[in-house]
Amino acid sequence: MKKLINDPADVVADALRGMAAAHPRLRVDHENRVVFRGDAPVQGKVGLVSGGGSGHEPMHGGFVGPGMLDAACAGEVFTSPVPDQMVAATQGVDGGAGVLHIVKNYTGDVMNFEMAAELVAAESGTEVVTVVVDDDVAVTDSLYTAGRRGVGTTVLLEKIVGAAAEEGRPLAAVADLARRIDDSGRSMGVALTSCTVPAAGKPTFDLPEGEMEIGIGIHGEPGRRRVPLAPAREVAQMLVEPILADREFTDGVICFVNGLGGTPLLELYVVYAEVASILEKAGIGIARSLVGPYMTSLEMAGCSVTLLQADDELLRLWDAPVDTPGLRWGA
Amino acid sequence: MNPEQLTAWLQRFAELVHEQKDELTALDSAIGDADHGSNMDRGMTAVVAALAEAPPADAAAVLKKTGTTLVSKVGGASGPLYGTLFLRMAGAADGGFAPALRAGFEGVLARGKAEPGDKTMVDALGPACDVLDAGGSLAEAAQAAADGRDATVPLVARKGRASYLGERSAGHADPGATSTALLLRAAAETLS
Repeated sequence: MKKLINDPADVVADALRGMAAAHPRLRVDHENRVVFRGDAPVQGKVGLVSGGGSGHEPMHGGFVGPGMLDAACAGEVFTSPVPDQMVAATQGVDGGAGVLHIVKNYTGDVMNFEMAAELVAAESGTEVVTVVVDDDVAVTDSLYTAGRRGVGTTVLLEKIVGAAAEEGRPLAAVADLARRIDDSGRSMGVALTSCTVPAAGKPTFDLPEGEMEIGIGIHGEPGRRRVPLAPAREVAQMLVEPILADREFTDGVICFVNGLGGTPLLELYVVYAEVASILEKAGIGIARSLVGPYMTSLEMAGCSVTLLQADDELLRLWDAPVDTPGLRWGA
Repeated sequence: MNPEQLTAWLQRFAELVHEQKDELTALDSAIGDADHGSNMDRGMTAVVAALAEAPPADAAAVLKKTGTTLVSKVGGASGPLYGTLFLRMAGAADGGFAPALRAGFEGVLARGKAEPGDKTMVDALGPACDVLDAGGSLAEAAQAAADGRDATVPLVARKGRASYLGERSAGHADPGATSTALLLRAAAETLS
């Protein structure tokens, strides 16, 4: 294992110290491992809280700031945060208009956020609504699994819902919007290499040279199938086809090509070109795009493609100012 | 149930988890995310320390302290599941061990929404509760939990991260059922 770390046990704490030092407009609660926007709680605004295992940076801590999240809880690498963290985050962002929990659909995340919501309900009058993101089309049969995993749509959802909350919309409306976005987004990923969890010290799985895993999860969970490495145009096809087979997309989508951590931007643009060409042939116009490593899996090489069916309202909220370490425009 | 006995049970469970930490993690590497041994060891070490620092006055308080400590320290799926088990046991501590464990089991079912046969801790805990409810001994309950663990080997996982493996999850014991069998073994050794 070659990593720029001090001690594997301190990775998350050390990275949070770095975030606090690099971004003085954020406030980091080091004891609870929660990143807050510096002016939280914002009075009268719905508070947006997300969180999950570390190792996916910039998600979620890098999406804290005006126009996006109010707080993010950082768990150990690939391990859900604990309810105490989520309670601290929820109480810290409650500006009197309630709090939305944005949870990716993983067993641990869902249960810990559920317990946190119960604790908040028992301890205070803060109203909490939870929205679970499950957009990964790689998981086909949710009857026999823990259901679809939350992946790329989460990033787009946090941006768009963040803009809606910033406008002062009430909790119920913000939650409805979040559910609508989850329902309108689909993702599919591919891994070219494994990743190494610092505490484990060795690669999570074995992926031989010349092979790739189609449908990979962001923690190295297995995908749909293992196939020989192929040119980007074929890989793009393998990612976009199952997305289009799962939901009908029409003109005006947000197209997000996400790097998993070890793939350079050069290659992500190669993939984007192929995705754009496939969508053009399918008569699906791209209204907005996002290309880059926004939801990573440590140093895994590979990418994911997310399509979100947008409309005028979603596009207006997408274009609204955002000012976070990970996404920043119009601010 | 008195607080000293329960504390001895939890200390023994912590010892067994620590001894078998690497085996639990190896099982979890095969079908999950390779953290069950280290997470449970961290959680139970914290439980033993918390109980030693301020020994609770009654059985319910021991169980509650155990549950809240696990929820706060473990994370992942096992934190809420084991935490809920002990918190629900605390709420039913007056009736004795068997009804308390049954209440804990029902809490686990509600929290995890798993059913028997999904290849989870339910497959070890359920049979142990059935034996105790039928008047069986703790040793018999521990055996039922161990048999339940063994019975998870050929199963295909339907819950948690292991479920994404589909058929590839068969052939390994479930890590959660394995740690639950240790919990019942510790009970047989300390509470009989």
